Amino acid sequence: MADVATPAVDGHVDAHHDEHHEGHHTSLGISNMKLAMWLFLGSEVLLFGALISSYLLSVARFNQERAEGNPLVTGPGTELFDIPFTSASSFILLMSSLTMVLAHQAIHHGDVKNSRIWIGATAALGSLFLAGQVYEFTVFYREGLGFTTNLFGSAFFTLTGFHGVHVTGGILMLTSLLVLSFQGKLNKDRHETVELVGLYWHFVDIVWVLIFTIVYLVV
Amino acid sequence: MAIIEEPLALPSGDRPTVSNPLGGLSRPRGATGLKDWLTTVDHKKIGIMYGAAALFFFVIGGIAALGIRTQLAAPDQTLLSGDAYNRVFTMHGTVMVFLAVMPLGAAFANYLLPLQIGARDVAFPRINAFSFWVFLAGGILLNTSWFIGGGANGGWFNYAPNNGVAYSPSTGIDFWNIGLLIAGIGSMTGAVNLITTVLNMRAPGMSWMKMPVFTWMTLVTQFLLLFAIPVLTVAQVLLLLDRGFDANFFNVEQGADPLLWQHLFWIFGHPEVYLMILPAFGIVSETIPVFSRKPIFGYPFMVASGVGIGFMGWGVWAHHMFVSGLGPLSVAAFSAVTMFIAVPTGVKILNWLATMWGGKLLLNTAMLFSIGLVTQFTVGGLSGVMHSVAASDTQQTDTYFIVAHFHYVLFGGALFGFMAGFYFWWPKAFGYKLSEKWGKAHFWTMVAGFNLTFGPMHILGLQGMPRRMQTYSEVQGFGLWNMVATIGSFILGVGSLLILVNAFVSYRAWKRAGRPDVGPDPWDARGIEWMIQSPAPEHNFDVDPVITELDDFWHKKYAEDENGKLVRVATAEELAHPGNGEGVHLPAPSYWPLVLSIGIMIIGYGLIFSLYLCIPGAFIMMTALYGWSLEPADDLDADDHHHGEVEVAHG
Repeated sequence: MADVATPAVDGHVDAHHDEHHEGHHTSLGISNMKLAMWLFLGSEVLLFGALISSYLLSVARFNQERAEGNPLVTGPGTELFDIPFTSASSFILLMSSLTMVLAHQAIHHGDVKNSRIWIGATAALGSLFLAGQVYEFTVFYREGLGFTTNLFGSAFFTLTGFHGVHVTGGILMLTSLLVLSFQGKLNKDRHETVELVGLYWHFVDIVWVLIFTIVYLVV
Repeated sequence: MAIIEEPLALPSGDRPTVSNPLGGLSRPRGATGLKDWLTTVDHKKIGIMYGAAALFFFVIGGIAALGIRTQLAAPDQTLLSGDAYNRVFTMHGTVMVFLAVMPLGAAFANYLLPLQIGARDVAFPRINAFSFWVFLAGGILLNTSWFIGGGANGGWFNYAPNNGVAYSPSTGIDFWNIGLLIAGIGSMTGAVNLITTVLNMRAPGMSWMKMPVFTWMTLVTQFLLLFAIPVLTVAQVLLLLDRGFDANFFNVEQGADPLLWQHLFWIFGHPEVYLMILPAFGIVSETIPVFSRKPIFGYPFMVASGVGIGFMGWGVWAHHMFVSGLGPLSVAAFSAVTMFIAVPTGVKILNWLATMWGGKLLLNTAMLFSIGLVTQFTVGGLSGVMHSVAASDTQQTDTYFIVAHFHYVLFGGALFGFMAGFYFWWPKAFGYKLSEKWGKAHFWTMVAGFNLTFGPMHILGLQGMPRRMQTYSEVQGFGLWNMVATIGSFILGVGSLLILVNAFVSYRAWKRAGRPDVGPDPWDARGIEWMIQSPAPEHNFDVDPVITELDDFWHKKYAEDENGKLVRVATAEELAHPGNGEGVHLPAPSYWPLVLSIGIMIIGYGLIFSLYLCIPGAFIMMTALYGWSLEPADDLDADDHHHGEVEVAHG
């Protein structure tokens, strides 16, 4: 899904955009790119809504079957969760939203150097979160939970994996921003490009807040 | 012509450096013929391609339908085996819904939206081309299952757990699943694009309540797509993971609940039926006022009822699942909402009737098809309301009564509406009118064939004939009406082809007559799309039209004199833009949307046959994405070329 968004974002990154005025002459006063990003994120809400619902249903059925002693249902369940560890990685991802805001602030004020630092920091924190996810998946797998082991395994890896793919897409966008910046194409006039990536990034963060709360803490 | 031949100068006056990451695939300039169509980003050409592809798939779906009807013509037929029959009805439904009716809506939306709101093009022309190509890629992938797959055989809604490997081991379901996943990408990007276009690129003065009804209905449709497609995507991804990677989402042995598929599918599926009919509603809301010589009755109600349908459409999905054991509370709630949703639909019917009431009706082909929609949709709507009564639905569900119902709304409603749209906007798109003589023959054979085919299915359903039954025996007494329906279906088949015959015959007559100019406004119509030449010039409007009224073009042509009498104050020819595109910068064509779609299609085949095939697919996809990002955008500014860069030489 993230790949689908990329042309929209990168389509903006063009050689002739130097004189870009935000919300110039559009009916709503917001630029087409920003409006499109909001619409895309609206679509994503339904994507994650359906995924989270499927997860909730699957885990409920898994727990019920296990409690009833269905002999086909094997492997571990939600007792695998390591809340302190995931809290830490969630904190890292949340902090990346802060650095994303700082990156946009910097570019908005024409501070190219600091914008590079903060964009890089955001990508690094995102990568750290991803590394944590890979570690978590590995631990779960070693403890006997594969993707095909049981209903919980399929649902858990699918939901968190989908989110991980979204984070990866975000990191790709951030890296592209860095490349652009070092080519000298990312200046004050183009701050909206950073803002767009930021919108996406914050959305992915918010989804994680929901996933962490619902998957790890509540259910 | 209007396509600029070399890179634009930068505002600073410097020559831009053009980097061509892949020389041969750099932006084609001044392309003609096939290359032009493959690389175009013009919303009008993309709209025409959507229409052509939809009609092509419509023929495929129609052949499948005739297969079904031939098999059912008489008792104990053996033309199609049980398995072949499953495939044929599955592909009929899937192709008609996803590859014929939905893209017809997209065809009209693409062609008309920018014209109706006075824009140069859509907000993201390359994404628009991508939406079409990726839809076509999905459609082709789905249809290759006829030749190289096991044949999709799970019905168009493809319920779990029947769609799992255990019960459907052949690759047919995979073709269905991945083909629609890919087509869904196009729907989603198309929705983002078209919504942005309507919200952001309206001509000066075109406020919400001055937008044409078709624009409104398309806006609602695209919002439905935007929010419905991801839910189907999730269902299909779960199925893909189950079938290809041994996940357990619909694995009943592991305690999974197969109803999850039904919920996800119908949360998508019910908005889906509204997004198929709303564009047709929009079309007849344009044609009926023109050919009744009256403004649309109750414009605000027309808009509000469309938006209301859009909202309520999300609260009725479980009426497809009344017999799945939801429990009385859910059934009662969904039953009530389903009854309510008939109200805004009824408002629309009333408004069309009130528009025609007392009008000077001109019963040409476009108007006949519009009246056909109003009449036949009402029949289908009435049988639809019957289904909201859960007790009665329990009797009718999965019988031919349901088949009759949804064909009355989708064929008698949506498709007739699209036909009205073809006759109405054909001169705008191609510069000549379709023949009225052939048009009337087209309409009346379709009406006769349609009602002969689907009318008897009400009776068959009430007699208890189940849907999707491969054959029946003589003693069941279904023979008579099945024979009638089969005869009707062949009449309908011939009738449906007459649109193509008509296009061909009319084109030849026009060519032989030396291509006479049909004029900007052949119907004395109301919308601003009639204010430009026919066929529509590549750049649409010479200058941004300024909108002061609903039906702005009409109000520029007619005004009231001192006695309150309507008089013509200007002719269309005086008002029409002469079609001088000098100084207009248009977005340049691009290969990348096509290449990206091909990459995605190869990944799709890889998911079916061998994951190794995904590697070249992904490589092509990533190349296309980066090629797309890096190619010089000589559309100057995708955001605001529509307003900013128009310098018109003439007065």
